[in-house]
Amino acid sequence: MAVTDAKVPAKKKAPGIRLFGHKVPFSAQIGFLIIAFNLFLMIFAPFLAPYGEGIVPADLQKWANPSAEHWFGTDAIGRDILSQLLYGARLSIGLSLITTCIAFVVGIITGFSAAILGRWADVALSRFADLILSMPTLIFCLVIITAVMANESAFVAATGISNAFFEGMVIVGVIGFLYAVPVFRLSRAVAMNIVALEYVEAARLRGENIWWVIRKEVLPNAIPPLVAEFGLRFCFTFLLIASLSFLGLGIQPPYQDWGSMVNQNAQVIFLGKPMPLFPAGAIALLTIGVNLVVDWLLSVYSRAHGENA
Amino acid sequence: MLKLIAQRLALGLITLWAASVLIFFTTALLPGDFASAMLGQQATAENTAAIRAELNLDRPLVLRYTDWLSGAVRGEFGNSLASHRPVSDEIKPRLFNTFFLAIYAALVAVPLAVFLGVMAAIRQGSTFDRGVNVGALLTISVPEFFLGYLLMMFLAAHFRIFPVLSAVNASTPFFSRLYFAFLPMITLVLVIVAHMMRMTRASVLQVMASPYIEMAYLKGLPKWRVVVQHALPNALAPIVNVIALNLAYLVVGVVVVERVFVYPGMGQMLVDAVSKRNVPVVLACGLIFAVVFIGLNILADVLSIMSNPRLRHPR
Amino acid sequence: MSQTASAQQRFGEQVLDVEALRIEVRTDAGPGPVLVDDVSLQLRQGEVLGLIGESGAGKSTIGLATMGYSRSGCFITGGKIVFRGKDVREMTRDERQDLRGHGVAYIAQSAAASFNPALTLYEQICEIALRRGLMKEEEAKAEAIRLFKELELPNPEKFGERYPHQVSGGQLQRAMAAMAMITKPSILVFDEPTTALDVTTQVEVLASFRKLIREHRTAALYITHDLAVVAQIADRIMVLRHGKMIEVGDATQILQAPREEYTRRLVAERTVANQNLHQAQSETAKPLLEITNVVASYRSLTRVINDVTLSVERGDTVAVVGESGSGKSTLARVVVGLLPRSSGDVRFQGESLPARLQDRPRDQLRRIQMIYQMPDVALNPRQTLAEIIGRPVEFYFGRSKDQVRERVGELLRHIDLPESFASRRPGELSGGQKQRVCIARALAAEPELIICDEVTSALDQLVGEEILRLLNRLQEELGVAYMFITHDLGTVKRIANKVAVMLKGQLVAYGETDKIFSPPFHPYTELLLSSVPEMRADWLDEVLAKRTRKNA
Repeated sequence: MAVTDAKVPAKKKAPGIRLFGHKVPFSAQIGFLIIAFNLFLMIFAPFLAPYGEGIVPADLQKWANPSAEHWFGTDAIGRDILSQLLYGARLSIGLSLITTCIAFVVGIITGFSAAILGRWADVALSRFADLILSMPTLIFCLVIITAVMANESAFVAATGISNAFFEGMVIVGVIGFLYAVPVFRLSRAVAMNIVALEYVEAARLRGENIWWVIRKEVLPNAIPPLVAEFGLRFCFTFLLIASLSFLGLGIQPPYQDWGSMVNQNAQVIFLGKPMPLFPAGAIALLTIGVNLVVDWLLSVYSRAHGENA
Repeated sequence: MLKLIAQRLALGLITLWAASVLIFFTTALLPGDFASAMLGQQATAENTAAIRAELNLDRPLVLRYTDWLSGAVRGEFGNSLASHRPVSDEIKPRLFNTFFLAIYAALVAVPLAVFLGVMAAIRQGSTFDRGVNVGALLTISVPEFFLGYLLMMFLAAHFRIFPVLSAVNASTPFFSRLYFAFLPMITLVLVIVAHMMRMTRASVLQVMASPYIEMAYLKGLPKWRVVVQHALPNALAPIVNVIALNLAYLVVGVVVVERVFVYPGMGQMLVDAVSKRNVPVVLACGLIFAVVFIGLNILADVLSIMSNPRLRHPR
Repeated sequence: MSQTASAQQRFGEQVLDVEALRIEVRTDAGPGPVLVDDVSLQLRQGEVLGLIGESGAGKSTIGLATMGYSRSGCFITGGKIVFRGKDVREMTRDERQDLRGHGVAYIAQSAAASFNPALTLYEQICEIALRRGLMKEEEAKAEAIRLFKELELPNPEKFGERYPHQVSGGQLQRAMAAMAMITKPSILVFDEPTTALDVTTQVEVLASFRKLIREHRTAALYITHDLAVVAQIADRIMVLRHGKMIEVGDATQILQAPREEYTRRLVAERTVANQNLHQAQSETAKPLLEITNVVASYRSLTRVINDVTLSVERGDTVAVVGESGSGKSTLARVVVGLLPRSSGDVRFQGESLPARLQDRPRDQLRRIQMIYQMPDVALNPRQTLAEIIGRPVEFYFGRSKDQVRERVGELLRHIDLPESFASRRPGELSGGQKQRVCIARALAAEPELIICDEVTSALDQLVGEEILRLLNRLQEELGVAYMFITHDLGTVKRIANKVAVMLKGQLVAYGETDKIFSPPFHPYTELLLSSVPEMRADWLDEVLAKRTRKNA
C-alpha cells in the first residue's frame, strides 16, 4: 500500500474522559471505580470496620441474618462478616498483588532475554515453558503444595517463623513461579514482535548495546500489552488463591482471606442463608472490575498497533 | 499432514512422560521424617515403618519413580496411606463419577457455546451480541464456587427444585444420577460456555473479516450462503481447537465444583488427600488429571491440523 | 465528454452512468473525511476506462460503488449510479445481489486473499453461475475450462480441481478473471490486479486480461496507480486525486497532451526515465566498498547469495536490481553484518570488515548507514524527532546536549523540514516526511556509504520522486556514496551510474548503467527491461510480438 504525502490533519478530540490520550468507555470507567473502591477498603480497613479483626462481639449470635448491627450477618463463631471481609481484603488482594509482581518480574526478565539473546537460551526456556504450560495449573499446584507443606513443621522449628508466614510464602512462591511462565511467553512474543521491527534493527546496526535497546526501544512500546497482562494475571492469581483457600489448602485459620471465608461459612447455604455469598461476591466483583479495565486496554493496544504498523 | 500429526503425537508422549516426572519428583521435596511427621502423636515404631515401607522412602528416587510409573501404567498406584487399601480400588468409582459429570457438562455446553458464539459473530454489534458478551464476561470473572453456591441457594435451598447435596453412589440409577448431578453440571456449564463462546465468536469474526468473505459478497451470494459455505469450513479448525482446549479446562473446574456440591468424584478425593498428605493418592489423582488434560490438548492440536485446508491438500 | 463518432461505432450502448457520486466516512464520533467527491463517469459496452490516481484518491471506492457496495464505515451519500437504466442506489437487496457477479463483476488486487482456502477453484468459480440457476454443473465446468484456455492457464482441464494455495500468484489472478467472466457480466472492475505481481508476470497477466476484454466486448473499469500499465489497456483515462476528478479524456490525449497540472506531473514523472540525474564525481578510482566472491546462506543449506562481486566508489550510486527472491536485500544485510557471510570478503576503505555485526568497532559501523523501505516501522513511534536524529550524534561523537540540539536543527534543514518539527513524533508526520527523517538519521552519523533498501517503493510516485531528488542533492553536497536496492528499473535509470542485476542470488550483469541498459543484453536483463511498461499504447503489443517470435 503506497503512502500518501498529504498533510496529516489534526485529530478532533471527541468529548469524554481520557487517559493517555484514549477515550475511556463506560464499562472501563466502572472497572476503574471498582478497583479504586477495593483498594480504598483494603487500605482503610481498620478505620471502616465496625468491629475489630477476629473479635467476637459481646452479643454473640451465630449465623445471624443481615441486620442493622451486622450488615452482612455473622459467621460460625459470631464474628461480624462485614469486618472480616474488610480485613480479609488485605490478605486476598495483598497476597495476589505480591504474587503477580513476582510472576511479572521473573517472566519479563526471562521473556525479554529469550527474545534478544537468541537461539540457545530461547529454545531451552521455551521448551521448559511449554512443558509447564501444558500442565493443569491447579492440579500441579496441589501436588507441589502437598510435598512442600510436609516440611512445614521442620522449617518452622528451624527458622522460628510462624506457620502462617510459611504457608503464605509457599503459596506466593509456588503460584508466582507457575504464573511467571505465561508472562514469559507473552513478553517473549511482544519483545520478538518489536525486535523484528526496523527501528530496533536500526539501533542494533548503530552498535547500541543490548540494555540500551531494551530500555529505549523495546520496553516503551511493550508497555500496553504488558499492563493488560498484569491485570489478567492478577485476576488468575486472585482466583487461584481464593480457590485454594476455599478448598482449605490455602490460608489457614485463624487468618482468613475471602476464599477461606467462603469455605468456613459454606455449610449454612444449605439452610438458605446467604453468608458464603458475600465473600464470594466480593471476589467476583473485583475480578469483574479488573477484567473490564483489561478488556479496554487490550482493545486500545490492538487499535494503536494497527495505526502505527 | 500425517507427518505433522505424527510429530505432534510424539511431542505429546514426551510431554506426558515429562509431566509424570514432574509430578513424581515433587516427592523429593518430602522431608526424611515424613512418616513420623504425618502421624504426629500417633506415631509408633510399627505404623511409621509401615508408612515408610508404603512409600519406599529408603530406595533411591529414580528407582521409586520407575516402580511407580510402571505400576501406574497398569493401573496400580500403591496403597492409600489413610485406609491402607489399594488406591486404584478407591479411585475407580470416583473416576467414573467425575467423568460422568464432565461428559454431562460437555454435552450441554459445547452445542450451546458454539451456537451462541456463531450467532453473536454473525450479528456483531447487535443487542444480542452485546448481551452475550456482557454475560460471558461476568461468568468468566466469577469464581466457580460463587456460581455454585448461588445456584444452590436459589434452586436448592429456597425453591427446593434440586437436592442440595449430590449424593450419588455406585447403585444410583441413570436418571437419578442426571437429577442429582444437575446443579454441579449447570455450574460447570456456565463456566466453560463463557470461555468457549468468546473464543468461538472471536474465531468466526476473524474468518468473517477475511478478504475472501468480502469477495463472496461481491459475487452476489446471499448472507446465509456466505456464512455456511465460505465462513464455517474455515472457522471449523479454530472452533474445534477451542472446544478441546475448554474441555481440558473442565478437568480443573471439576475440583472446585465437586467440593461445593459434595459430589463424590476424583476432585474431592484429591483435595482430601492433599490436606491429609496422602501422597500415593495425590500422585495418582494428579497423574490422571494431567493425562486427561494433556491428552485433550494433543487432541485439540491434531484436530486443528486435520481441519486446516492448507494442510489437507498440500502443494 | 462527448464521444467521437467512431467511438460510438466501436462501443455499444451505455451500460453505466455515474452522476455526482459522493461517498463519505461515518463513525460513531461523527462524519469523517469525504472519500469521493462529485465524480461522474460513463461507460459503454466494450469500452475500457482507466481510473488513475495515487493512494487515497478514491479509485477502489468508486469501483466498489458501481456494485452498490461500500466498505464498513463508508456510506454512499449522494449521486446516482445507473446501470442499464436502473439506479443501483434504489435497488432492493435482492436486485443488488443479482447485479453483483452477474451485471458487474469484481477482480480484486490480491487473488491469494480473495480465494477461500477451503474450497477448490472449480467450486468457487462456478458457484455464482450455479446458484443463479444460469447453468447446470457440466455447462459451468465446460465454460470454466474454456475460460482457462482463453487465459492461457496451464493444464486447463485439471486446473479447476486444485486449491488456491497450490497455484502460483499470476495463475490465481487469472483464475479470478475466469471467476468474474463466467457469468458474462456487462462490466468488469479490475482493482489494481497486477500490482502485487512481479514485473515479468505482470506482462503476461495484462495481456490475458486485454484479450479477454476484447473477445467478449465487456466494458471495464481498470483501476491502477501505474500510468504505463493503464496505457496498454484503456480507451479512456480518468485522473483522480483526493476523491475528486482532475481530468478525463481519451487515452492518447491524456498521455500525450495532458491538460491539468497534476496530470502533467504524473505523466512527466514516468517519461523522464532517461534523464540520469547522477553527477559523475571526478574521481580517484579508490574504491569505498569492495564485495568479492561473497557467499551467504540462512540456516538452510541453499545459498541466498552465490558468489557476488561488485564495488562502490566514492560518490557512486550503485543500483542493485532484481525481482523478489533475487537476494538484493540479503546482500545489504551481508554488507552490514546482520547476516554473516559464509565466504568471500567485504572490504571498506581497504579494511576487511568482520563478518558479524557484533565484531565491528563503532567507528566502522558509523561509516555505513542504512535506510529502510517502510518509514512507519523504521522509526520508534514513542520517540521525538530530536531523540531519533540526535541519538547517532550523541552516540558516535559524544557531543554535549547543546551541540546535539544544534546539529539536529542543521540536519532538519538539510532535509527541508522546519526546525520546530524536532519536538514532534513520527505519528504526526506524513509518509514522505518520515522517510526524510530516516535520511536525516542516517546523515547524522556522517557516513561515507548509505545503503538504501527500496526506499521509495512504499511511497506514492510523486513523493518518491522528491525523495530521489533529495538523495541526489545530498550526494552532491556531501559526497556520500549510495548502494541503492530496488526492483524499479525506472528509478535505476534516473539515479545510478552503475548497475548490478541479480537473479536468484547470482550477479548476472554488472557495470555502468548505459552499458548495461544498451545491447547486447544478458537475457535476464533483457527480460527485466522489456517488462517495464512504457507509456506508449502499443508497448504491450510489441513485447508480446517479440516474445512469440522468440518462442516460435
